[in-house]
Formats: sequence, structure tokens, C-alpha cells
Amino acid sequence: MIKRIWEGIKRPVDPWLLFFTLLVLVLSVVVLYSASNRDMDKVSDKLTFMGIAIVAMWCVANISLQNLMRLALPAYVLGVLLLLGVQFFGVTSHGATRWLNVGITRIQPSELMRIALPLMLAWYFHHFEAHLNWRHFVVAALLMLIPVGLILKQPDLGTALLIAASGFYILFFAGLPWWLIGAMALAGGGMAYTVTHWNLCIHLLREYQCQRVATMLDPMEDPLGAGYHIIQGTIAIGSGGLLGKGWLNGTQTHLDFIPERTTDFIFAVFGEEFGLAGNAVLLVMYLLVIGRGLTIAMNASTLFGRLLAGSITLTFFTYAFVNMGMVSGILPVVGVPLPLVSYGGTSMLSILTGFGILMSIGRDRKLMKA
Amino acid sequence: MKYRRRTLFSKPVKGRMRPPSTNELKNANAERYAFQLRIVAAALFVLALFGCLLARFVWLQTLQHDKYQTMAEANRISLVPVQPSRGIIKDRNGVVLAHNYSAYTLEITPSKLPDSLEQSIERLNKIIEVTPKDRRRFKKLMDETKEFESLPIKTRLSDEEVARFAANSYQFPGIEVKARLFRHYPLGELASHLIGYIGRINDKDLADLEDAGETANYRGTDHIGKVGIEQFYESQLHGTTGFEEVEIDSGGRAIRTLRRTQPKPGQNLVLSVDIKLQEIAENAFGDNNGSLVAIDPKTGGILALVSKPGYDPNLFVDGIDPQNWKDLNESPDKPLNNRALRGTYPPGSTFKPFMALAALEGGFRSANAAIADPGFFWFGGHQFRDDKAGGHGMVDMYRSIVVSCDTYYYSLANTMGIDNISRFMKLFDFGQPTGVDIQGEQPGVLPSQEWKKKRFKNPAQQKWFAGETISVGIGQGYNTYTPLQMAHATATLANDGVMFKPHLVQFIEDADKGSRTVVEPMPVKTIPLKPENLAVIHRAMAGVVKEGTGAKAFAGAQYEAAGKTGTAQVFSLKGGKYSESGTKKHLRDHAWFIAYAPANDPKIALAVLVENGGFGAATAAPIARQVLDYYLTGKKPNAPAINASDVESSGDD
Repeated sequence: MIKRIWEGIKRPVDPWLLFFTLLVLVLSVVVLYSASNRDMDKVSDKLTFMGIAIVAMWCVANISLQNLMRLALPAYVLGVLLLLGVQFFGVTSHGATRWLNVGITRIQPSELMRIALPLMLAWYFHHFEAHLNWRHFVVAALLMLIPVGLILKQPDLGTALLIAASGFYILFFAGLPWWLIGAMALAGGGMAYTVTHWNLCIHLLREYQCQRVATMLDPMEDPLGAGYHIIQGTIAIGSGGLLGKGWLNGTQTHLDFIPERTTDFIFAVFGEEFGLAGNAVLLVMYLLVIGRGLTIAMNASTLFGRLLAGSITLTFFTYAFVNMGMVSGILPVVGVPLPLVSYGGTSMLSILTGFGILMSIGRDRKLMKA
Repeated sequence: MKYRRRTLFSKPVKGRMRPPSTNELKNANAERYAFQLRIVAAALFVLALFGCLLARFVWLQTLQHDKYQTMAEANRISLVPVQPSRGIIKDRNGVVLAHNYSAYTLEITPSKLPDSLEQSIERLNKIIEVTPKDRRRFKKLMDETKEFESLPIKTRLSDEEVARFAANSYQFPGIEVKARLFRHYPLGELASHLIGYIGRINDKDLADLEDAGETANYRGTDHIGKVGIEQFYESQLHGTTGFEEVEIDSGGRAIRTLRRTQPKPGQNLVLSVDIKLQEIAENAFGDNNGSLVAIDPKTGGILALVSKPGYDPNLFVDGIDPQNWKDLNESPDKPLNNRALRGTYPPGSTFKPFMALAALEGGFRSANAAIADPGFFWFGGHQFRDDKAGGHGMVDMYRSIVVSCDTYYYSLANTMGIDNISRFMKLFDFGQPTGVDIQGEQPGVLPSQEWKKKRFKNPAQQKWFAGETISVGIGQGYNTYTPLQMAHATATLANDGVMFKPHLVQFIEDADKGSRTVVEPMPVKTIPLKPENLAVIHRAMAGVVKEGTGAKAFAGAQYEAAGKTGTAQVFSLKGGKYSESGTKKHLRDHAWFIAYAPANDPKIALAVLVENGGFGAATAAPIARQVLDYYLTGKKPNAPAINASDVESSGDD
């Protein structure tokens, strides 16, 4: 009896993905304990989020791929409608309109889009799989640009770019021509160069976004203002050295020099206390998770599964890269948490939901084989 | 396996139709292959970017580790200066003249206040009374300093006030109670001009400290010596600032002390001044303004240095309030002016012994040569009058000093000429700073032809007239000296020409070890004077006190003194008869007296100046008497030597 229940629980789960994820999660609890100055409330909160997110992952893993495909279009349409709603009835805070008041609580529709957009695009390509041509890519690009444009208007550059990335990964795996990718890479690089070197920033981006770019280029220009985050993060990591200052011994961390040290800047805490060795271990753990995700994508039986799994995996990678790049001072400060490690329920939930989808895709292949 | 890859953007192969064929399956395989290629590309992309991150980590954590390690330490460790306690100033007998005590102050950092300064002070006033005087003083301090400095709004809080504020301190960001060391001058006005005072460091002081490379040592120090001994010996008194390495959090709050370098307290100063003597000298002036400088002729040590009126130096320590400042600054008595070394006055007849010595040394007149004094001296159609109508009769050098005969010196000066006078007087440091250990000494004026050329721009005024030499001969005219210079010259004369640099500090005491560094008496030079010539002057000056103009003041003295009275004209009489009652007080003559005693072995030499005191014999000599009495016999006077009514009495100078 118990064995059957265990079998039932175990059935949808991808053991490798779960194992690698749990490795990162265990590490994250260890870091949080230090980053929060041994705040057991935060640690238990984090454990609660983890529990809820893992249950959510299991539930999503149980949904069959066919049902997921059916959800794609409605989820996308709902997401876009909510984003439009934000445009007209949104709640403004700190100069940005990102939230929608639905009576009980405020929701942030862009969070839904993180899953809904790749789902929609994967479904779209799958639907027209038999006779794909360039027109479909144009349509897919438009489907992507609608929500991205709406989020950009809120304004929320970080989320918009990350959602655009998740959509782009679908296009990439669907076979976007290499020459076009190359051209886009060149154009993007050229634009970034122009903006940063010719001071066009002011015309194209909002002031605070400009400032972040300028800050990344020269954090010392404004050491107590916008540059403070980057400088203190970089000092924390750099002072960690080869082996780190030891768990609970980071001076930057415990003397409160690292801002947002349990959330966006938790990597600085990690780098300070565990050093280069710890960073390498973390990178390897992330690589294991990503590797498993790509393997699932590789082996997926349908185009929908392949595209979706590829996009989810690369999006996860993007979060990790952008966060670590930002904290170590090679990317501008965008509010991106370190996936699985940063304190915060929403991010944890959306990532593990994504992993649930990965597991569902992986299971689908097994079923096909069986 | 050969197949044709179907690529996007290529035209669909013609004739390929549904339902699926083997061709279709091949296509599916091809698509799968293409996808796998992309997965591999994605994996490479991931590895490449993670490689970038790893490279960045290696850069930061190994190659740049030292730099960031240093920055992290600098972040976390703050050097908090620990102020050394300022050296104590004592008189020669160990009486404390300046010391420190610790007290609580309430300090405001204007830049950290949540609301306006007025609002904050209003709120504060509900808990601790802030008087209008405190406010005025604070305003003045604010004008003088930078926004981010912490400035005292109220000093010397009572324990109750400290407790009351501590309980409410959360309401007052930017305001805090601090324990500070305060300078205190227990004797108040007494000796204020020689001790001086400390005050808050202002921009000019800061610039001076920067020039001296002392800024680091003054971190955490708010006060600096402004005048007097406090200023001159600032570097000895201040000490060396200590430092505490404190671990701080990002908010600057101290978490714990890591290391402490003890401050080295400032050195104590032991003065040559006898504060009892100083007190007697100051009291002797009564309500009169003036100055007295007493010097030990054998060392140059200053025994008393009086400038009346004085002021309370304690007013300056926490920043003087504008009302007190105005009162002190605008008073016609000029209490802030140190007359002993900044006031310059014509020496009057006190110049005569030096003139006589110059005549002997230069061979211009022998001691025995006598002149008949008709009561005036004719020169160039102008009559130079003696004080005594009808003259003193036959006057030799001895009598010329004892009775203070002007006519004798009119003719002597005329014989010598200005440059001979000036050359000799220069030996006694007339017209030159003495080098005393207080800043701001005035050089006075020792006139000569050369001096006049430099002094005046108009060629018509540059020429020296022989008639001007005649006034100089009796200590009038252009020459003006400070009381310190007169005392210094008298001491040198008393010491037979062996000159010591006058100084106030006798020992510098190391507060930690208790060891003393003696400020050695510095013989500046020995003026080559013939003993027989000196004997004439000594005898004559003793005669002044015994049978001359000073006899009345020194009647019944238990020691033999030598002196000379003097009266310096303030107001040119243009040949008219001077009458004290008919002249407004501030235009009355200044009274001088120089003296040394005991005459045969001088232990003390002094110069007294009573501003607008009239005749030196009447007002200045009695002050000298009280000082000499106390110093030589220990006799304390019962009342001031003079009061306002004494000024009227007349006499011949």
C-alpha cells in the first residue's frame, strides 16, 4: 500500500533534476542563515517556500503534455489582458506601474508571462510544425513583442529582457536561421556600444536605467549612491579570496555593507564566505541542473516539449548568469534574483513550476517509449 | 545517410504532399538533428558565459584579492581619534593656572538634523533649557565652522540633564551628549594676558595646521591655543593624539574596539611667574590701566607680566557669545590688548639712565661735568622747558638722574646726535622684539635718521631735524617702547650688561614620566660696558629712590632699591603748562617707573606703566614698591598702591 503511494509520488518526478535542484536548495539555506544574520524566521520562511514550490512542481509534473498544450493559448491571452489591465488600472509604486489590484491582493501579471509566453510560442510552433516557414517566425516574434512591449512600458526593463530572452530561446530552438542570429548579435552589440559610448542612453532609456548602465561602467563615480551596490558586492566577492572568509565570518555581510544581501545580492555573501572554491562549486551545481534540463529537451518526443524544455532551461541559466554577472560587476544592476538561492517566494515558485514542466516533458518521453 | 536538409526560408520541395511518406520521416529525423545541433550550441553558449563568470571570479578573488581585502578592511575598521589631555600650566610654585576637567556637553550636528535648526532647538528646549545666550553662542560657532561638524549647544550639563536627554534621545537624531575635556582657568582674570586661552579651531588655524603638517594629530581636537602661553607652547601642550581601531557596521556604529593606541598627553608647563607676585602687582594697579613686567635679571625669567585690564579667559573656551565679545572688543579700555608687549609708549624720563650711560660710554660727557640749569634749553629759536620753573641749578650726571633734570639731557642729546643715541640704545634691544615666549610682540620705535627715511614717504618729512633729537633725549618724541622692552633693558642694566632672553616658561614637564626639561636661561649677549660707568648709573638710580623723585614711594624700604621715574606725554602741550586737573583723563600723561633691587645684587628688575597715571613718582613707583616689597621681604600690601585720587598728586619728574 505504502509502496504504491510512494510509486504514485515518485512516478512524475525526474530524479536527477530533483537531486541537482535539492543540492542548490540545501546550499541556499546554508547561505541564507548567514546572510540573514542567523535569522531563523527567514530560514523557516525559506523552507516553507521551498516546500510549497516543490509541491507545486510535483503537481505540474503530473499534468500531461497534452493538457499543458491546451493551457497555452488561454494562459497567454489572459496574461496579455492582465498586462493591458495594468496599463489602464495598474497600481503605481516607486514610479513603476507593475501591479494589478484584484481585491484580495496585488498581482504582478508579468510573473505569469514568464511561463505563459514560452508555453504559447512552443505551442504555436508545434501547431504549425508540418509546414513551418519564415512567416511563422514573424508571427511568433510579434506574439513575443506584445507582452514584452507592455512590460517595457511599465517600466520594467529587467523582466522585459528576461521574458524576451525566454521567447527568443523558443525561436532559437525552433530553427531561427544562424545568419539572422548572427546579425541580431551584431546589431545588439553595436547598439550597446553606441548607447554606452555616445551617451545616447538618455534618449533611449529611462533615467534610472541609464544611471545603472553608467554605474556599471564606472561605479566609483558615485560611490555612495548608485555605485554602492556594485562596489560593496565586488569588495565582498574579491575579499573572499580563494577559500573565502568562512561561513558566518563575512565582514561585508555581517557588518551590513552588502545591500539586499538575502535577496538580489545573496551571491556576494556566498562569494565572500566561500571564496573562489565555493563559486566554482555553485557554477558546477547550476551546470548540472542546466545539463539535465538540456538533456530532457534533447530527448523530448514532440517539438512542443523540445522547445519548451530548451527555453525553460536556458531562461534558468540566464537568471543565474545575469544575477552573478550583476553582483560581480560585469552587468548592470537589474532586479534579478539568484535562481533557487535568493530569498523570496515568487521566484522560487516560478522556477520550480518551470522544473515541473520539464519533468512533465521528460515523463512524456518515457510514456512514449513505454 | 544522405538526405536533403530542409531549411527554413527555402521553398518547399515541390510535389511533397501529405499524408506522410518516408520522406516526411526523414525530414523529422533531419529536424531532430538540427535541434540537437542547437542544443549543443546552447550548451556551448552556457559554458562560454559561465566561463566568463569564472574568469571574473578568478580575477576578483585571486588576482585582485589583496586590493579588495584592503577595501573590506577599510570599510570595516574605522580609526577613531582619542584626544590627548592638554598639558597643565603651573606657576613656579606649582599653583595651577590652567587645567582640564571632564564634563558632558550637548552637541548638534546641523547637517544630520531632521528638521530646521530652530525647530530642533525648540523641541530640545522642552527637555533641557537652552538659554538665549546658548543660542547666540551656537549661531556664532556655526558661522565659523562647517555644516557637518558637531558643535556644542550647551556645555557642562548636570547629571540630571544628561539623564533626561538620554531618556529622550531617540527623538533627537543629530543631537547627542558627549563627554569632553574642558579647559579651565581657575584664577579667572588673574594673569589672563600671559596665560592666554584656547578656542575652537577656525579656518585660519586649520590652514596653519596644514602648513605645519599637523592635521592628523589634530583629528578629534576641537580647540587650539589662541593667545599667550597657550598659543606659543601649543605644540608642547597639545600632546599626541591616540587612535582606536573600531569595527564599524555600514551605518558607522561601533561594534567593538580592535586595537588602541594610547594618546600621549601634552606636556605641562611650569612658569617662572610667581602667581602671588602677579596677583599683588595686578591689585596694586587698582582701577588703573597699565602694565608691569618683572624679570629675574640673572635668568631672564619673567616673574610677573601684568596688563590691566584683563579678561576672563574662560569665556573663550566654549566659543564666546557675541555680547561678551562685543563688550570686550569695543571697550575703550581695550582689555584684550596685551599692553605688556603690544602697548608702545614714549619712555619719558626712564630713558635718562640709558642716555647717561651712552654719554659715558661714548665719552660725550664725564660724570662730574656739571651744567647750570636755567630751567630751559634754547635751540633753533625754540625753548625746551624743564619741569621745574627756574631750573635745578648746577646739575652733574648723578643729580641729573636723581632730580630728573630735562635740561641736562636736552643738551646731552644735542651733543650726541640721534645716530649715536640710536646705536647705543639698540644694544639694549630698544626698538626690537625681545623674543619673549608670547606671540604678537610689538618692536616699538627706536628713531634714527635711517628709521625716519623708511618711515615717511614724503621726502620733506624724511629728513631728521636736530630739534627732534632733543625730545628723544628725555624719552619723548618718536621713541616708543613696550613695558616688556623697558623691563628687559632695566634687567640688562641691573645685570651689568649681561642680557638674557626674557621667558615665561621655566620647565617643561613630561606628564607621564614626571621628568622636567629646564628651559635654560639664554644669555643673549654681553654688552661691553665699563664697570666705572655702570657704577655711576647704579649709584644715581639708587639715589633716585633714596633722595630723589622715588624717595617718597620707597620711604622705609628694608632693602636698597634702584629706580627711575618717568612721565610720558600723551598730549602735546605746545609749550603750555601741564595741569592734571585741567586735562581729560585719557589725555593725561602716562606714568613710568623702572627699578631693580637689591641695588647691589639685583634679584628682580621691573618696569611699571600706568596709563594716564600722571607723574611716575606718584602712581607708578608705589606699585613697584609693593611688588618689590613682596618679592624681597614677603610683605603683603593691605590695599592697592594707588587709586584714582592718587593720580592728582604732583611732583617733579
